[in-house]
Amino acid sequence: MNPTWSRFNITSIVLGFAFLYLPIVLLVVFSFNESKLVTVWGGFSTKWYVALFHNQGLMDATWVTARVAVISATVATVLGTLAALTLTRYTRFKGRMLFSGMVFAPLVMPEVITGLSLLLLFVAVGLDRGFLTVTLAHITLTMCFVAVVVQSRLVTFDRSLEEAAMDLGAPPVKTFFQITLPVIMPAIVSGWMLAFTLSLDDLVIASFTSGPGATTLPMKIYSQVRLGVTPEINAACTILIAVVAVGVIIASLANKRREVQRQRDEQAAQRG
Amino acid sequence: MSNAAVTAAATSQATDAGKSALARLSAAFIGRLVIIIPYLWLVFFFLIPFIIVFKISLSQTAIAIPPYTPVLDFGDGLSGFLAQLKQLSIDNYTWLTQDALYFNAYVTSVIVAAISTVLTLLVGYPIAYGMARAPATLRPTLLMLVILPFWTSFLIRVYAWIGILKPEGLLNQLLLATGVISQPLIVLNTYTAIFIGIVYSYLPFMVLPLYSSLEKMDYSLIEAAKDLGCPPTSAFWKITFPLSVPGVIAGCLLVFIPAVGEFVIPDLLGGSQTLMIGKTLWNEFFANRDWPVSSAVAVILLLLLIVPIMLFQRAQARAQEQDK
Repeated sequence: MNPTWSRFNITSIVLGFAFLYLPIVLLVVFSFNESKLVTVWGGFSTKWYVALFHNQGLMDATWVTARVAVISATVATVLGTLAALTLTRYTRFKGRMLFSGMVFAPLVMPEVITGLSLLLLFVAVGLDRGFLTVTLAHITLTMCFVAVVVQSRLVTFDRSLEEAAMDLGAPPVKTFFQITLPVIMPAIVSGWMLAFTLSLDDLVIASFTSGPGATTLPMKIYSQVRLGVTPEINAACTILIAVVAVGVIIASLANKRREVQRQRDEQAAQRG
Repeated sequence: MSNAAVTAAATSQATDAGKSALARLSAAFIGRLVIIIPYLWLVFFFLIPFIIVFKISLSQTAIAIPPYTPVLDFGDGLSGFLAQLKQLSIDNYTWLTQDALYFNAYVTSVIVAAISTVLTLLVGYPIAYGMARAPATLRPTLLMLVILPFWTSFLIRVYAWIGILKPEGLLNQLLLATGVISQPLIVLNTYTAIFIGIVYSYLPFMVLPLYSSLEKMDYSLIEAAKDLGCPPTSAFWKITFPLSVPGVIAGCLLVFIPAVGEFVIPDLLGGSQTLMIGKTLWNEFFANRDWPVSSAVAVILLLLLIVPIMLFQRAQARAQEQDK
Protein backbone atom coordinates (compact mmCIF):
# COMPACT_ATOMS: atom_id res chain seq x y z
CA MET A 1 0.00 0.00 0.00
CA ASN A 2 1.22 3.41 -0.94
CA PRO A 3 1.66 5.45 2.27
CA THR A 4 0.70 8.64 0.44
CA TRP A 5 -2.75 7.31 -0.47
CA SER A 6 -4.22 9.40 2.31
CA ARG A 7 -7.75 9.80 3.63
CA PHE A 8 -7.99 13.08 1.71
CA ASN A 9 -7.18 11.30 -1.57
CA ILE A 10 -9.74 8.59 -0.96
CA THR A 11 -12.44 11.10 -0.02
CA SER A 12 -11.88 13.21 -3.11
CA ILE A 13 -12.00 10.15 -5.37
CA VAL A 14 -15.17 8.82 -3.74
CA LEU A 15 -16.91 12.20 -3.94
CA GLY A 16 -15.70 12.72 -7.49
CA PHE A 17 -17.00 9.38 -8.69
CA ALA A 18 -20.29 9.89 -6.82
CA PHE A 19 -20.68 13.18 -8.70
CA LEU A 20 -19.88 11.47 -12.01
CA TYR A 21 -22.13 8.47 -11.56
CA LEU A 22 -25.07 9.52 -9.36
CA PRO A 23 -26.99 11.38 -12.11
CA ILE A 24 -26.64 8.41 -14.45
CA VAL A 25 -27.70 5.95 -11.74
CA LEU A 26 -30.77 8.06 -10.92
CA LEU A 27 -31.69 8.24 -14.59
CA VAL A 28 -31.50 4.46 -14.89
CA VAL A 29 -33.47 3.90 -11.66
CA PHE A 30 -36.29 6.21 -12.73
CA SER A 31 -36.61 4.47 -16.09
CA PHE A 32 -38.15 1.58 -14.10
CA ASN A 33 -40.64 3.89 -12.42
CA GLU A 34 -44.31 2.94 -12.58
CA SER A 35 -45.41 6.56 -12.25
CA LYS A 36 -45.43 8.91 -15.21
CA LEU A 37 -43.95 11.58 -12.94
CA VAL A 38 -40.26 11.09 -13.48
CA THR A 39 -39.15 12.25 -10.06
CA VAL A 40 -41.75 10.53 -7.86
CA TRP A 41 -41.24 6.83 -7.23
CA GLY A 42 -44.43 4.86 -7.90
CA GLY A 43 -43.20 1.28 -7.89
CA PHE A 44 -41.19 -0.93 -10.22
CA SER A 45 -42.29 -1.34 -13.82
CA THR A 46 -40.83 -2.13 -17.20
CA LYS A 47 -43.77 -0.69 -19.09
CA TRP A 48 -41.74 2.20 -20.52
CA TYR A 49 -39.43 -0.26 -22.22
CA VAL A 50 -42.44 -1.96 -23.79
CA ALA A 51 -43.77 1.42 -24.90
CA LEU A 52 -40.36 2.19 -26.36
CA PHE A 53 -40.40 -0.78 -28.70
CA HIS A 54 -43.81 0.27 -29.99
CA ASN A 55 -42.60 3.78 -30.76
CA GLN A 56 -41.95 3.48 -34.50
CA GLY A 57 -40.34 6.93 -34.83
CA LEU A 58 -37.80 6.11 -32.16
CA MET A 59 -37.02 2.70 -33.65
CA ASP A 60 -36.48 4.24 -37.12
CA ALA A 61 -34.17 6.85 -35.63
CA THR A 62 -32.20 4.13 -33.83
CA TRP A 63 -31.71 2.24 -37.10
CA VAL A 64 -30.51 5.38 -38.93
CA THR A 65 -28.14 6.24 -36.08
CA ALA A 66 -26.66 2.75 -35.95
CA ARG A 67 -25.99 2.72 -39.71
CA VAL A 68 -24.46 6.21 -39.69
CA ALA A 69 -22.29 5.28 -36.71
CA VAL A 70 -20.96 2.01 -38.20
CA ILE A 71 -20.19 3.48 -41.62
CA SER A 72 -18.69 6.72 -40.38
CA ALA A 73 -16.62 5.02 -37.67
CA THR A 74 -15.18 2.56 -40.19
CA VAL A 75 -14.22 5.18 -42.78
CA ALA A 76 -12.98 7.52 -40.03
CA THR A 77 -10.76 4.77 -38.65
CA VAL A 78 -9.03 4.28 -42.02
CA LEU A 79 -8.60 8.02 -42.59
CA GLY A 80 -7.63 8.67 -38.97
CA THR A 81 -4.99 5.93 -39.03
CA LEU A 82 -3.53 7.40 -42.23
CA ALA A 83 -3.52 10.83 -40.60
CA ALA A 84 -1.78 9.41 -37.52
CA LEU A 85 0.86 7.75 -39.73
CA THR A 86 1.38 11.05 -41.52
CA LEU A 87 1.78 12.93 -38.24
CA THR A 88 4.31 10.52 -36.76
CA ARG A 89 6.22 9.26 -39.81
CA TYR A 90 6.40 12.19 -42.18
CA THR A 91 7.80 14.97 -40.08
CA ARG A 92 8.89 17.13 -42.96
CA PHE A 93 6.58 17.95 -45.82
CA LYS A 94 5.02 21.10 -47.16
CA GLY A 95 1.99 22.16 -45.18
CA ARG A 96 2.63 19.93 -42.18
CA MET A 97 1.69 22.76 -39.81
CA LEU A 98 -1.62 23.17 -41.61
CA PHE A 99 -2.20 19.45 -41.52
CA SER A 100 -1.64 19.06 -37.79
CA GLY A 101 -3.78 22.13 -37.23
CA MET A 102 -6.61 20.55 -39.21
CA VAL A 103 -6.29 17.35 -37.17
CA PHE A 104 -6.25 18.98 -33.73
CA ALA A 105 -8.65 21.90 -34.26
CA PRO A 106 -11.84 19.81 -34.70
CA LEU A 107 -11.22 18.25 -31.27
CA VAL A 108 -12.02 21.51 -29.53
CA MET A 109 -13.98 23.39 -32.19
CA PRO A 110 -17.46 24.31 -30.95
CA GLU A 111 -19.90 21.96 -32.65
CA VAL A 112 -22.16 24.77 -33.83
CA ILE A 113 -19.32 26.10 -36.01
CA THR A 114 -18.40 22.70 -37.45
CA GLY A 115 -22.05 21.89 -38.10
CA LEU A 116 -22.86 25.19 -39.78
CA SER A 117 -19.74 25.16 -41.95
CA LEU A 118 -20.33 21.59 -43.16
CA LEU A 119 -23.95 22.38 -43.94
CA LEU A 120 -22.94 25.39 -46.02
CA LEU A 121 -20.42 23.22 -47.87
CA PHE A 122 -23.07 20.62 -48.71
CA VAL A 123 -25.43 23.35 -49.92
CA ALA A 124 -22.64 24.93 -51.99
CA VAL A 125 -21.81 21.68 -53.79
CA GLY A 126 -25.51 20.88 -54.22
CA LEU A 127 -25.59 17.75 -52.08
CA ASP A 128 -29.06 17.00 -50.70
CA ARG A 129 -29.11 16.83 -46.93
CA GLY A 130 -29.77 13.36 -45.58
CA PHE A 131 -28.08 10.12 -44.65
CA LEU A 132 -24.97 10.74 -46.78
CA THR A 133 -24.30 14.24 -45.48
CA VAL A 134 -24.59 13.22 -41.81
CA THR A 135 -22.21 10.34 -42.46
CA LEU A 136 -19.66 12.58 -44.21
CA ALA A 137 -19.88 15.10 -41.37
CA HIS A 138 -19.34 12.42 -38.74
CA ILE A 139 -16.36 10.97 -40.63
CA THR A 140 -14.72 14.40 -40.65
CA LEU A 141 -15.25 14.96 -36.94
CA THR A 142 -14.37 11.49 -35.68
CA MET A 143 -11.31 10.82 -37.88
CA CYS A 144 -9.46 13.45 -35.85
CA PHE A 145 -10.21 11.61 -32.61
CA VAL A 146 -9.05 8.34 -34.19
CA ALA A 147 -5.88 10.08 -35.39
CA VAL A 148 -5.03 11.22 -31.85
CA VAL A 149 -5.66 7.79 -30.32
CA VAL A 150 -3.63 5.92 -32.96
CA GLN A 151 -0.89 8.53 -32.96
CA SER A 152 -0.34 8.11 -29.21
CA ARG A 153 0.32 4.41 -29.85
CA LEU A 154 2.56 5.05 -32.86
CA VAL A 155 4.95 7.37 -31.02
CA THR A 156 5.85 4.59 -28.58
CA PHE A 157 6.13 2.02 -31.37
CA ASP A 158 9.51 0.29 -31.64
CA ARG A 159 10.54 0.99 -35.22
CA SER A 160 13.42 -1.48 -35.17
CA LEU A 161 10.81 -4.19 -35.78
CA GLU A 162 9.89 -2.57 -39.08
CA GLU A 163 13.53 -2.03 -40.00
CA ALA A 164 14.27 -5.70 -39.31
CA ALA A 165 11.42 -6.78 -41.59
CA MET A 166 12.58 -4.48 -44.35
CA ASP A 167 16.21 -5.59 -43.99
CA LEU A 168 14.92 -9.10 -44.52
CA GLY A 169 13.44 -7.94 -47.80
CA ALA A 170 9.80 -7.29 -46.95
CA PRO A 171 8.43 -4.45 -49.06
CA PRO A 172 7.13 -1.45 -47.08
CA VAL A 173 3.46 -2.21 -47.71
CA LYS A 174 3.85 -5.81 -46.59
CA THR A 175 5.82 -4.63 -43.55
CA PHE A 176 3.00 -2.31 -42.65
CA PHE A 177 0.33 -4.98 -42.87
CA GLN A 178 2.34 -7.75 -41.18
CA ILE A 179 4.26 -5.85 -38.53
CA THR A 180 2.94 -2.35 -37.88
CA LEU A 181 -0.78 -2.98 -38.18
CA PRO A 182 -0.99 -5.90 -35.72
CA VAL A 183 1.00 -3.94 -33.13
CA ILE A 184 -1.14 -0.80 -33.32
CA MET A 185 -4.38 -2.80 -33.69
CA PRO A 186 -5.62 -2.23 -30.08
CA ALA A 187 -5.32 1.54 -30.63
CA ILE A 188 -7.17 1.25 -33.93
CA VAL A 189 -9.95 -0.74 -32.28
CA SER A 190 -10.36 1.77 -29.47
CA GLY A 191 -10.24 4.53 -32.09
CA TRP A 192 -13.09 2.85 -33.93
CA MET A 193 -15.11 2.52 -30.75
CA LEU A 194 -14.53 6.16 -29.86
CA ALA A 195 -15.62 7.22 -33.34
CA PHE A 196 -18.67 4.98 -33.09
CA THR A 197 -19.83 6.42 -29.77
CA LEU A 198 -19.11 10.00 -30.83
CA SER A 199 -21.28 9.49 -33.88
CA LEU A 200 -23.99 7.77 -31.81
CA ASP A 201 -23.91 10.73 -29.46
CA ASP A 202 -23.83 13.74 -31.70
CA LEU A 203 -26.79 16.09 -31.71
CA VAL A 204 -25.52 19.44 -32.95
CA ILE A 205 -23.64 18.45 -36.11
CA ALA A 206 -26.36 15.96 -37.07
CA SER A 207 -29.06 18.63 -36.64
CA PHE A 208 -27.26 20.91 -39.08
CA THR A 209 -26.29 18.34 -41.68
CA SER A 210 -29.23 15.94 -41.61
CA GLY A 211 -32.32 16.19 -43.75
CA PRO A 212 -35.77 14.66 -43.95
CA GLY A 213 -35.77 10.90 -43.50
CA ALA A 214 -32.43 10.86 -41.70
CA THR A 215 -33.44 11.85 -38.17
CA THR A 216 -30.92 10.38 -35.74
CA LEU A 217 -31.67 9.14 -32.24
CA PRO A 218 -30.11 12.13 -30.40
CA MET A 219 -32.22 14.46 -32.59
CA LYS A 220 -35.32 12.47 -31.67
CA ILE A 221 -34.43 12.42 -27.97
CA TYR A 222 -33.67 16.14 -28.04
CA SER A 223 -37.00 17.04 -29.61
CA GLN A 224 -38.81 15.00 -26.93
CA VAL A 225 -36.68 16.35 -24.08
CA ARG A 226 -37.68 19.88 -25.06
CA LEU A 227 -41.31 18.88 -24.44
CA GLY A 228 -40.47 17.58 -20.98
CA VAL A 229 -38.83 14.72 -19.11
CA THR A 230 -40.63 11.41 -19.61
CA PRO A 231 -39.85 7.90 -18.30
CA GLU A 232 -39.86 6.67 -21.90
CA ILE A 233 -36.79 8.79 -22.70
CA ASN A 234 -35.18 7.53 -19.50
CA ALA A 235 -35.73 4.00 -20.80
CA ALA A 236 -34.23 4.86 -24.22
CA CYS A 237 -31.22 6.46 -22.51
CA THR A 238 -30.78 3.45 -20.23
CA ILE A 239 -30.61 1.10 -23.22
CA LEU A 240 -28.04 3.34 -24.91
CA ILE A 241 -25.94 3.49 -21.74
CA ALA A 242 -26.13 -0.29 -21.33
CA VAL A 243 -25.04 -0.93 -24.93
CA VAL A 244 -22.05 1.41 -24.64
CA ALA A 245 -21.05 0.22 -21.16
CA VAL A 246 -21.09 -3.45 -22.17
CA GLY A 247 -19.09 -2.63 -25.32
CA VAL A 248 -16.46 -0.66 -23.43
CA ILE A 249 -16.08 -3.27 -20.69
CA ILE A 250 -15.70 -6.13 -23.19
CA ALA A 251 -13.17 -4.13 -25.20
CA SER A 252 -11.09 -3.23 -22.18
CA LEU A 253 -11.10 -6.80 -20.88
CA ALA A 254 -10.01 -8.06 -24.31
CA ASN A 255 -7.34 -5.37 -24.38
CA LYS A 256 -6.08 -6.39 -20.95
CA ARG A 257 -5.87 -10.05 -21.97
CA ARG A 258 -3.96 -9.15 -25.13
CA GLU A 259 -1.61 -7.01 -23.07
CA VAL A 260 -0.93 -9.86 -20.64
CA GLN A 261 -0.38 -12.22 -23.58
CA ARG A 262 2.01 -9.74 -25.20
CA GLN A 263 4.06 -9.39 -22.02
CA ARG A 264 4.24 -13.17 -21.70
CA ASP A 265 5.38 -13.42 -25.33
CA GLU A 266 8.01 -10.77 -24.81
CA GLN A 267 9.35 -12.51 -21.71
CA ALA A 268 9.42 -15.81 -23.57
CA ALA A 269 11.25 -14.18 -26.46
CA GLN A 270 13.85 -12.69 -24.14
CA ARG A 271 14.42 -15.97 -22.39
CA GLY A 272 14.56 -17.93 -25.65
CA MET B 1 10.36 -15.22 -41.42
CA SER B 2 11.79 -18.56 -42.51
CA ASN B 3 15.24 -18.91 -44.04
CA ALA B 4 13.82 -19.95 -47.40
CA ALA B 5 11.70 -16.84 -47.57
CA VAL B 6 14.67 -14.64 -46.71
CA THR B 7 16.79 -16.24 -49.41
CA ALA B 8 14.00 -15.94 -51.90
CA ALA B 9 13.51 -12.30 -51.02
CA ALA B 10 17.24 -11.63 -51.27
CA THR B 11 17.60 -13.34 -54.66
CA SER B 12 14.58 -11.64 -56.09
CA GLN B 13 16.02 -8.35 -54.92
CA ALA B 14 19.40 -9.04 -56.46
CA THR B 15 18.18 -10.45 -59.75
CA ASP B 16 15.35 -8.12 -60.45
CA ALA B 17 16.79 -4.66 -60.10
CA GLY B 18 14.24 -3.15 -62.43
CA LYS B 19 11.41 -4.55 -60.42
CA SER B 20 12.88 -3.26 -57.17
CA ALA B 21 13.19 0.22 -58.65
CA LEU B 22 9.55 -0.06 -59.56
CA ALA B 23 8.77 -1.28 -56.03
CA ARG B 24 10.63 1.69 -54.57
CA LEU B 25 8.69 3.99 -56.84
CA SER B 26 5.40 2.44 -55.83
CA ALA B 27 6.40 2.60 -52.16
CA ALA B 28 7.10 6.30 -52.56
CA PHE B 29 3.76 6.64 -54.29
CA ILE B 30 1.96 4.85 -51.45
CA GLY B 31 3.81 7.04 -48.95
CA ARG B 32 2.43 10.03 -50.82
CA LEU B 33 -1.06 8.57 -50.71
CA VAL B 34 -0.83 8.14 -46.94
CA ILE B 35 -0.35 11.88 -46.67
CA ILE B 36 -2.59 12.98 -49.50
CA ILE B 37 -5.84 11.14 -48.68
CA PRO B 38 -6.42 12.47 -45.15
CA TYR B 39 -4.96 15.82 -46.19
CA LEU B 40 -7.40 16.32 -49.05
CA TRP B 41 -10.28 15.07 -46.93
CA LEU B 42 -9.58 17.64 -44.21
CA VAL B 43 -9.00 20.44 -46.71
CA PHE B 44 -12.30 19.68 -48.40
CA PHE B 45 -14.43 19.01 -45.33
CA PHE B 46 -12.78 21.23 -42.75
CA LEU B 47 -10.90 24.11 -44.37
CA ILE B 48 -13.06 24.90 -47.39
CA PRO B 49 -16.28 24.97 -45.31
CA PHE B 50 -14.78 27.80 -43.25
CA ILE B 51 -14.05 29.76 -46.39
CA ILE B 52 -17.67 29.24 -47.43
CA VAL B 53 -18.89 30.38 -44.00
CA PHE B 54 -16.80 33.53 -44.38
CA LYS B 55 -18.10 34.08 -47.89
CA ILE B 56 -21.74 33.71 -46.90
CA SER B 57 -21.29 35.96 -43.89
CA LEU B 58 -20.65 38.71 -46.46
CA SER B 59 -23.80 38.07 -48.44
CA GLN B 60 -27.36 39.26 -47.95
CA THR B 61 -30.35 37.37 -46.67
CA ALA B 62 -32.80 36.48 -49.43
CA ILE B 63 -36.09 34.67 -49.55
CA ALA B 64 -34.83 31.80 -51.65
CA ILE B 65 -33.37 28.32 -51.39
CA PRO B 66 -30.66 28.51 -50.09
CA PRO B 67 -31.70 31.68 -48.25
CA TYR B 68 -28.90 34.06 -49.26
CA THR B 69 -27.84 35.97 -52.37
CA PRO B 70 -25.24 34.16 -54.46
CA VAL B 71 -21.69 35.31 -53.80
CA LEU B 72 -18.46 34.91 -55.75
CA ASP B 73 -19.83 32.50 -58.27
CA PHE B 74 -17.49 32.07 -61.21
CA GLY B 75 -20.34 30.95 -63.47
CA ASP B 76 -20.85 34.38 -65.02
CA GLY B 77 -17.26 34.94 -66.05
CA LEU B 78 -15.00 37.73 -64.88
CA SER B 79 -17.46 40.59 -65.34
CA GLY B 80 -20.15 38.76 -63.39
CA PHE B 81 -17.58 37.99 -60.70
CA LEU B 82 -16.60 41.66 -60.43
CA ALA B 83 -20.27 42.69 -60.27
CA GLN B 84 -20.80 40.29 -57.40
CA LEU B 85 -17.68 41.55 -55.67
CA LYS B 86 -19.37 44.96 -55.43
CA GLN B 87 -22.39 43.37 -53.79
CA LEU B 88 -20.35 42.03 -50.90
CA SER B 89 -21.26 43.78 -47.74
CA ILE B 90 -20.24 43.83 -44.15
CA ASP B 91 -23.87 44.58 -43.23
CA ASN B 92 -24.13 41.41 -41.18
CA TYR B 93 -21.14 42.41 -39.09
CA THR B 94 -22.46 45.95 -38.64
CA TRP B 95 -25.73 44.35 -37.57
CA LEU B 96 -23.90 42.29 -34.96
CA THR B 97 -22.29 45.38 -33.45
CA GLN B 98 -25.53 47.36 -33.45
CA ASP B 99 -27.60 44.80 -31.61
CA ALA B 100 -26.43 44.56 -28.00
CA LEU B 101 -27.80 41.01 -27.86
CA TYR B 102 -24.85 39.57 -29.79
CA PHE B 103 -22.21 41.49 -27.88
CA ASN B 104 -23.75 40.41 -24.58
CA ALA B 105 -23.95 36.82 -25.78
CA TYR B 106 -20.23 36.76 -26.68
CA VAL B 107 -19.15 38.34 -23.39
CA THR B 108 -21.45 36.14 -21.31
CA SER B 109 -20.25 33.00 -23.10
CA VAL B 110 -16.60 33.80 -22.43
CA ILE B 111 -17.29 34.62 -18.76
CA VAL B 112 -19.45 31.52 -18.24
CA ALA B 113 -16.82 29.32 -19.93
CA ALA B 114 -14.02 30.88 -17.86
CA ILE B 115 -15.84 30.42 -14.54
CA SER B 116 -16.82 26.85 -15.48
CA THR B 117 -13.21 26.07 -16.43
CA VAL B 118 -11.94 27.26 -13.03
CA LEU B 119 -14.67 25.27 -11.25
CA THR B 120 -13.83 22.16 -13.30
CA LEU B 121 -10.16 22.57 -12.38
CA LEU B 122 -11.06 22.90 -8.68
CA VAL B 123 -13.22 19.78 -8.80
CA GLY B 124 -10.92 17.82 -11.11
CA TYR B 125 -7.56 18.46 -9.45
CA PRO B 126 -8.22 16.56 -6.18
CA ILE B 127 -9.65 13.64 -8.18
CA ALA B 128 -6.67 13.49 -10.54
CA TYR B 129 -4.28 13.86 -7.60
CA GLY B 130 -6.00 11.10 -5.64
CA MET B 131 -5.86 8.84 -8.70
CA ALA B 132 -2.17 9.50 -9.30
CA ARG B 133 -1.39 8.66 -5.65
CA ALA B 134 -3.55 5.52 -5.68
CA PRO B 135 -1.91 2.07 -5.49
CA ALA B 136 -0.56 1.21 -8.96
CA THR B 137 -2.82 -1.84 -9.22
CA LEU B 138 -5.91 0.28 -8.71
CA ARG B 139 -5.01 3.02 -11.20
CA PRO B 140 -6.17 1.38 -14.46
CA THR B 141 -9.59 0.72 -12.92
CA LEU B 142 -9.89 4.31 -11.67
CA LEU B 143 -8.82 5.57 -15.07
CA MET B 144 -11.50 3.49 -16.75
CA LEU B 145 -14.11 4.76 -14.29
CA VAL B 146 -13.26 8.34 -15.26
CA ILE B 147 -13.41 7.57 -18.97
CA LEU B 148 -16.62 5.51 -18.85
CA PRO B 149 -19.09 8.41 -18.38
CA PHE B 150 -17.39 10.11 -21.32
CA TRP B 151 -18.51 7.20 -23.48
CA THR B 152 -22.13 7.64 -22.49
CA SER B 153 -24.09 10.18 -24.43
CA PHE B 154 -23.45 13.83 -23.69
CA LEU B 155 -27.13 14.59 -24.30
CA ILE B 156 -28.20 11.91 -21.84
CA ARG B 157 -25.85 13.16 -19.14
CA VAL B 158 -27.17 16.70 -19.50
CA TYR B 159 -30.74 15.41 -19.58
CA ALA B 160 -30.17 13.52 -16.33
CA TRP B 161 -29.56 16.82 -14.54
CA ILE B 162 -32.98 18.22 -15.51
CA GLY B 163 -34.67 15.64 -13.29
CA ILE B 164 -32.31 16.49 -10.44
CA LEU B 165 -32.36 20.28 -10.64
CA LYS B 166 -35.96 21.15 -11.45
CA PRO B 167 -38.10 22.79 -8.71
CA GLU B 168 -39.89 19.52 -7.88
CA GLY B 169 -36.75 17.54 -8.71
CA LEU B 170 -34.65 15.16 -6.66
CA LEU B 171 -32.26 17.75 -5.20
CA ASN B 172 -35.10 19.86 -3.83
CA GLN B 173 -36.92 16.78 -2.56
CA LEU B 174 -33.81 15.75 -0.65
CA LEU B 175 -33.11 19.20 0.75
CA LEU B 176 -36.74 19.76 1.75
CA ALA B 177 -37.01 16.34 3.36
CA THR B 178 -33.86 16.86 5.42
CA GLY B 179 -35.02 20.33 6.42
CA VAL B 180 -32.03 22.18 4.98
CA ILE B 181 -34.36 24.50 3.07
CA SER B 182 -38.04 25.34 3.42
CA GLN B 183 -38.61 26.69 -0.09
CA PRO B 184 -37.54 24.81 -3.23
CA LEU B 185 -34.37 26.23 -4.77
CA ILE B 186 -34.67 27.57 -8.29
CA VAL B 187 -31.61 26.12 -10.00
CA LEU B 188 -32.88 24.93 -13.37
CA ASN B 189 -32.92 27.66 -16.03
CA THR B 190 -30.24 29.74 -14.30
CA TYR B 191 -26.52 30.19 -14.91
CA THR B 192 -25.84 27.98 -11.87
CA ALA B 193 -27.41 25.09 -13.77
CA ILE B 194 -25.13 25.84 -16.74
CA PHE B 195 -22.05 25.80 -14.47
CA ILE B 196 -23.11 22.46 -12.98
CA GLY B 197 -23.76 21.07 -16.47
CA ILE B 198 -20.40 22.15 -17.87
CA VAL B 199 -18.40 20.98 -14.84
CA TYR B 200 -20.18 17.64 -14.94
CA SER B 201 -19.92 17.05 -18.69
CA TYR B 202 -16.34 18.21 -19.15
CA LEU B 203 -14.84 16.77 -15.94
CA PRO B 204 -13.15 13.79 -17.68
CA PHE B 205 -11.45 16.20 -20.13
CA MET B 206 -9.90 17.98 -17.14
CA VAL B 207 -9.04 14.92 -15.06
CA LEU B 208 -7.27 12.93 -17.81
CA PRO B 209 -4.51 15.44 -18.75
CA LEU B 210 -4.06 16.36 -15.05
CA TYR B 211 -3.73 12.71 -14.13
CA SER B 212 -1.20 11.98 -16.86
CA SER B 213 1.06 14.84 -15.76
CA LEU B 214 0.67 14.07 -12.02
CA GLU B 215 1.30 10.37 -12.53
CA LYS B 216 4.65 11.05 -14.21
CA MET B 217 5.78 13.14 -11.26
CA ASP B 218 8.61 11.78 -9.17
CA TYR B 219 7.19 11.50 -5.68
CA SER B 220 10.58 11.39 -4.00
CA LEU B 221 10.77 15.15 -4.63
CA ILE B 222 7.93 15.65 -2.13
CA GLU B 223 9.59 13.32 0.35
CA ALA B 224 12.84 15.24 0.02
CA ALA B 225 10.98 18.50 0.65
CA LYS B 226 9.30 16.98 3.70
CA ASP B 227 12.61 15.74 5.05
CA LEU B 228 13.98 19.24 4.70
CA GLY B 229 11.11 20.53 6.84
CA CYS B 230 8.81 21.89 4.16
CA PRO B 231 5.14 21.82 5.24
CA PRO B 232 2.81 19.81 2.92
CA THR B 233 0.85 22.83 1.59
CA SER B 234 3.94 24.72 0.55
CA ALA B 235 5.43 21.52 -0.90
CA PHE B 236 2.29 21.27 -3.00
CA TRP B 237 2.51 24.83 -4.29
CA LYS B 238 6.29 24.73 -4.81
CA ILE B 239 6.67 21.26 -6.35
CA THR B 240 3.48 19.40 -7.27
CA PHE B 241 1.53 22.23 -8.82
CA PRO B 242 4.35 23.64 -11.00
CA LEU B 243 5.07 20.13 -12.31
CA SER B 244 1.42 19.65 -13.24
CA VAL B 245 1.16 22.93 -15.16
CA PRO B 246 1.21 21.26 -18.62
CA GLY B 247 -1.76 19.14 -17.54
CA VAL B 248 -3.53 22.18 -16.11
CA ILE B 249 -3.08 24.09 -19.38
CA ALA B 250 -4.22 21.19 -21.57
CA GLY B 251 -7.21 20.46 -19.33
CA CYS B 252 -8.31 24.10 -19.14
CA LEU B 253 -8.12 24.54 -22.92
CA LEU B 254 -10.01 21.30 -23.51
CA VAL B 255 -12.81 22.61 -21.29
CA PHE B 256 -12.77 26.32 -22.12
CA ILE B 257 -12.80 26.26 -25.94
CA PRO B 258 -15.81 23.96 -26.49
CA ALA B 259 -17.63 25.50 -23.50
CA VAL B 260 -17.63 28.97 -25.12
CA GLY B 261 -19.64 27.65 -28.08
CA GLU B 262 -21.65 25.12 -26.08
CA PHE B 263 -25.26 24.67 -27.22
CA VAL B 264 -26.82 21.63 -25.52
CA ILE B 265 -26.07 22.64 -21.91
CA PRO B 266 -27.32 26.27 -22.07
CA ASP B 267 -30.32 25.15 -24.09
CA LEU B 268 -31.49 22.33 -21.82
CA LEU B 269 -30.31 23.59 -18.41
CA GLY B 270 -30.15 27.35 -18.96
CA GLY B 271 -33.62 27.88 -20.37
CA SER B 272 -34.68 31.07 -22.10
CA GLN B 273 -33.37 33.39 -19.37
CA THR B 274 -29.72 32.74 -20.11
CA LEU B 275 -27.75 34.00 -23.06
CA MET B 276 -24.89 32.15 -24.74
CA ILE B 277 -23.50 32.49 -28.23
CA GLY B 278 -23.91 28.85 -29.28
CA LYS B 279 -27.61 29.09 -28.58
CA THR B 280 -27.83 32.45 -30.36
CA LEU B 281 -26.21 30.96 -33.47
CA TRP B 282 -28.55 27.98 -33.34
CA ASN B 283 -31.66 30.19 -33.05
CA GLU B 284 -30.45 32.51 -35.77
CA PHE B 285 -30.07 29.53 -38.05
CA PHE B 286 -33.01 27.28 -37.17
CA ALA B 287 -35.63 29.75 -35.89
CA ASN B 288 -34.88 32.90 -37.92
CA ARG B 289 -33.44 31.06 -40.93
CA ASP B 290 -30.92 33.85 -41.31
CA TRP B 291 -27.91 31.99 -42.73
CA PRO B 292 -25.71 35.03 -43.45
CA VAL B 293 -26.07 36.41 -39.91
CA SER B 294 -25.44 33.01 -38.32
CA SER B 295 -22.31 32.71 -40.51
CA ALA B 296 -21.14 36.10 -39.28
CA VAL B 297 -21.76 34.97 -35.68
CA ALA B 298 -19.68 31.85 -36.39
CA VAL B 299 -16.81 33.88 -37.94
CA ILE B 300 -16.59 36.18 -34.89
CA LEU B 301 -16.77 33.18 -32.53
CA LEU B 302 -13.94 31.54 -34.45
CA LEU B 303 -11.83 34.71 -34.28
CA LEU B 304 -12.48 34.82 -30.55
CA LEU B 305 -11.26 31.25 -30.12
CA ILE B 306 -8.36 31.27 -32.58
CA VAL B 307 -5.74 32.14 -29.94
CA PRO B 308 -6.85 29.44 -27.44
CA ILE B 309 -7.08 26.93 -30.30
CA MET B 310 -3.52 27.69 -31.42
CA LEU B 311 -2.32 27.42 -27.82
CA PHE B 312 -4.02 24.04 -27.61
CA GLN B 313 -2.38 22.87 -30.80
CA ARG B 314 1.05 23.99 -29.59
CA ALA B 315 0.52 22.20 -26.28
CA GLN B 316 -0.45 19.05 -28.21
CA ALA B 317 2.61 19.25 -30.46
CA ARG B 318 4.89 19.74 -27.46
CA ALA B 319 3.37 16.77 -25.63
CA GLN B 320 3.94 14.71 -28.77
CA GLU B 321 7.60 15.73 -28.91
CA GLN B 322 8.05 14.73 -25.26
CA ASP B 323 6.52 11.31 -25.85
CA LYS B 324 9.18 10.63 -28.45
